[in-house]
Amino acid sequence: MTSYTAHFTPGTRIRVKADYPETRGPCHIRTPHYLRGREGVVERPLGAFRNPEDLAFARPAATIPLYHVRFDQKGIWNEGEAGDTVLVELYEHWLEPAA
Amino acid sequence: MAHAPHPENVALLARFTAALAAAGLVTEDQIAEQIARTDRASPRIGAAMVARAWTDAGYHALMLKDGSAAAEAMGISMVGAPPLGVLADAPGLHHLVVCTLCSCYPRAVLGYPPHWYKSAAYRARAVRDPRGVLAEWGTTLPEATQIRVVDSTADYRWMVLPTRPEGTAGWDEARLAALVTRDVLVGTRLPTA
Repeated sequence: MTSYTAHFTPGTRIRVKADYPETRGPCHIRTPHYLRGREGVVERPLGAFRNPEDLAFARPAATIPLYHVRFDQKGIWNEGEAGDTVLVELYEHWLEPAA
Repeated sequence: MAHAPHPENVALLARFTAALAAAGLVTEDQIAEQIARTDRASPRIGAAMVARAWTDAGYHALMLKDGSAAAEAMGISMVGAPPLGVLADAPGLHHLVVCTLCSCYPRAVLGYPPHWYKSAAYRARAVRDPRGVLAEWGTTLPEATQIRVVDSTADYRWMVLPTRPEGTAGWDEARLAALVTRDVLVGTRLPTA
């Protein structure tokens, strides 16, 4: 068993990093484009999994905490109905505390 | 639909499986068993889980805490399968599952995904315009129901536990399970008695 620490607790407001590794070369990313730079709320930790960004290239892969993070639909698309949300699995290295 | 496979693809597959076997990674028997397991899976498994959750509070709690354990409790082997997560609808909240990046789907308990689930149109629209998508399915949500789109991006596979329909008091599990279709388990439809 690999030990890990989930650094974000449920209810924490986070921002998804506005990073675009696909502009720097071949990569494998599980963070949807539409969420980069968006703010959301940690719903709950989902355990930890080996980083697919490295597994996809058969590189040594660290075990990283995974979270279910909730976003408001309107905050992402600037359309839709207030109260509607999107719930997405995101790895910790993509998250930073919201200001 | 059923085109004959291209001979070069068949040969490539044969070389690939031979290389996997030579590397000691997986045997032909293991591949055959995995295919057979996926062939056996169907939405009836997910439906049986939902029906049991509707009639058994302990199982309901287990399903939300650990979907894989809940599937195992129904005799489904989850060995090698991605962890299963189950999200419960509630009064005022409805879940809709999509995988915008590819087509992740809880095959162990729902079987093969339908073609529309894998289509670019569903994947793009479900996440941006879930109400428009549900309207096209003819699905009408109760008043003041919020939609929670579940984008299946990583290591889990997600299934919806819908709200038990009214008018089903006293129904046994088999009768309840018949209300729960594949589309209900993805969230594009609601069960009705």
